[in-house]
Amino acid sequence: MTLDPVILSRLQFFWVVSFHILLPAFTVGLACYIAVLEGLYLKTKDRTYFLISVFWTKIFAVSFGLGVVTGIVMPFQFGTNWSRFSDTASNVIGPLMAYEGLTAFFLEASFLGILLFGRKLVPPWAHCFAAVMVAVGTLFSSFWILAANSWMQTPAGYEMVDGRFHALDWMEVIFNPSFPYRLSHVVTAFLVTTGFVVIGVAAYHLRRGRAVEECRRMLSMTLWLLTALVPLQLILGDMHGLNTFHHQPAKIAAMEGHWETQAGAPFIVVGWPDQQAEVTRWAVEIPYLGSLILTHELNGTVRGLKEWAHDDRPPAAILFWSFRIMVGIGLLMLLVVTTATWLRWNGRLYDSAWFLRICEACIPLGFAAVIAGWITTEVGRQPWVIYHLLRTADAVTPSLSGGDVVVSLAVYVVVYLVVYPVTLYYLFAIVRAGPVGEEEAASPIEGLQRSLPARAAAGAVVEPRP
Amino acid sequence: MTAPLDFVPLWTLILGFGVFMYVLMDGFDLGVGILFRHAPGDAARDLIMNSVAPIWDGNETWLVLGGLALLAAFPLAFAIILPALYFPILIMVVALIFRGIAFELRFKAAPSSRHRWDAAFHYGSLVATLAQGFVLGAFVQGFRVEGRFFVGGSFDWLRPFSVLTAISLVLGYGLLGATWLIMKTEGTLQDWARARARRLLIWVLISIGAVSLWTPFLEPRIMERWFSWPNVVLLSPVPIVTLWLALWVWRAIDRRAEFLPFLGAIALFTMGYVGLAISLWPNIVPHVINLWDAAAAPRSQAFLLVGTLFLLPVIVGYTAWSYWVFRGKVRAGGGYH
Repeated sequence: MTLDPVILSRLQFFWVVSFHILLPAFTVGLACYIAVLEGLYLKTKDRTYFLISVFWTKIFAVSFGLGVVTGIVMPFQFGTNWSRFSDTASNVIGPLMAYEGLTAFFLEASFLGILLFGRKLVPPWAHCFAAVMVAVGTLFSSFWILAANSWMQTPAGYEMVDGRFHALDWMEVIFNPSFPYRLSHVVTAFLVTTGFVVIGVAAYHLRRGRAVEECRRMLSMTLWLLTALVPLQLILGDMHGLNTFHHQPAKIAAMEGHWETQAGAPFIVVGWPDQQAEVTRWAVEIPYLGSLILTHELNGTVRGLKEWAHDDRPPAAILFWSFRIMVGIGLLMLLVVTTATWLRWNGRLYDSAWFLRICEACIPLGFAAVIAGWITTEVGRQPWVIYHLLRTADAVTPSLSGGDVVVSLAVYVVVYLVVYPVTLYYLFAIVRAGPVGEEEAASPIEGLQRSLPARAAAGAVVEPRP
Repeated sequence: MTAPLDFVPLWTLILGFGVFMYVLMDGFDLGVGILFRHAPGDAARDLIMNSVAPIWDGNETWLVLGGLALLAAFPLAFAIILPALYFPILIMVVALIFRGIAFELRFKAAPSSRHRWDAAFHYGSLVATLAQGFVLGAFVQGFRVEGRFFVGGSFDWLRPFSVLTAISLVLGYGLLGATWLIMKTEGTLQDWARARARRLLIWVLISIGAVSLWTPFLEPRIMERWFSWPNVVLLSPVPIVTLWLALWVWRAIDRRAEFLPFLGAIALFTMGYVGLAISLWPNIVPHVINLWDAAAAPRSQAFLLVGTLFLLPVIVGYTAWSYWVFRGKVRAGGGYH
């Protein structure tokens, strides 16, 4: 068996980006949450907001650190493993990625120091401002990365010169057809993911009767947010799906397990798409629902995978199931927020042990949905890296041998399997400790350190310069 | 098409600035990590780590900026150089991962497992620096290129010259780290840093000399650049100023100056950087592809330039602000209630 650098590089990219995306999925939402808490604290002077913010900022610090270092891996992948993609497409992709680095990364990394260490060094408004800038930074980051990703899905505003992409109109490049849908769908997913972590952690402590005031506040305000966002996300997902149906019908056909083009297509609830036999086995179908969802008409025409050549089809089984996992989780979340609303109506939100237990169990749901959604959109783009323009197989670094990638992939696998569990272990320790009392909260966020930058330790006292 | 404006010189400056900022800023915090393991005692290690804890991730973002600027402004160079450095880059990012999480987790770890994070921080810093030194050495030696692709082997970077540059970079970052600690600490730790800085300065001078003498023999064009008439006279200030600077740093350490040794170490790095630029100009893939041939389309360079010219000063501004906020000596947490 020969080692194929294309498959291996794809696996490696999948591995490093899947682990990386878990952190933005969490930190984007958390940064926004912290900014809101700091803003509320600044406005109301209510110490509860302050204590909640301190607690989550500790968790944010560790997650963000891991996000930074796993993020550094990403741009290098484009060069080391996908150099022909870089050479061919970077006139368009390069500036988008560089803008991400410029606007976002710096905003986050620079103001983060103030947020974590600087509460006593700067006035309260400046600390709140730093929190807002960190949140703005994470959102900018999402904006540019998703602009680049969307352009690869639905390229626009370019021309080809000598086999390379050249940008013609940057507004068309950035606001390409799938970008607004993808951006809103992904950012909402990140917020929802964080929301479910917050209510899960709040539930964990409420069940144990600890930090009751803080955890009730967390649970209540976050559930309000989720009650709005989860239904909104289903609508955004539907809009994103229709957009994909319009621009990438092959992806939709694979997600739905449709092989034949038909009017009044059924919705296949479960089944197993067989790429070789060109059928979906063991299909359980609901008549007409497929057309209804995709075309919003009972007899709308839905194209099947057979319309595309064998070499141009994405792998249907992966897409079929990753899509169902994502949607299934979304519906589960809807059930949870509906239940929460009903409990709140009856005044039993904080002391229904069974519901709190469910909240705890829901902590990983958002992450799973984000990964499943990401697989759906990225695998659905195959066999293209830039849709209908550059094949993934033509994007890989020519000098790369399969053996090289086996080694690097093995290194990344081992490193991430060490680093992630270890980090999780410490994150769980912070979570279990819960929101701390006033005294401990007064120290800088990296407050477990035995020594501090002198000015942080000495409070706002300005010491004489030597 | 009419001839568009030439953005290449400006982008060369920006890229050069970004890479240099990275070398200086992550240089001193990697250097601090290299020295860390030999520090006198656990309390000293706490202080050392805290002297860079609030700023390291900001420093590291310059690496991302450098990489992305290369991708965006000189994509052909990016597409050739990175494949050639496949393994050094892999080793570097993995080392940076371990080092980065050591920052987050060392203080949260139980005392019994703290030594593991000490090791992660130290070896992460050391290995990342070695990897960067190999990158530098391989870069100066040049790559085998056909058309638009790197066609060499996966281990072309591993040569005697790049071993020398790797060791030199460890010494150089060590010097930056030691002089940073002179500035940020006091008492016995500062005395220790001073002793380290003095010893490292001698070794840095030796390695600058060795690299400088070896480099012209790598490539006839570099030899010609430095030793042809009248260049040999015009460029003679470079080694002379370097030597003078080294002497100046030595004296500053002797006078127990607080800030000047760090400034001097930065100046030494600047001279090394200038020397490198003189050797390689105008190529970005050394000896084969020049800046203009590797450049992105003018429209792409222009689009990014608009934002960069606005954002780069802002970035430098708030980087300076966070350094200002965390200025002064680091002390043990005793003064805090």
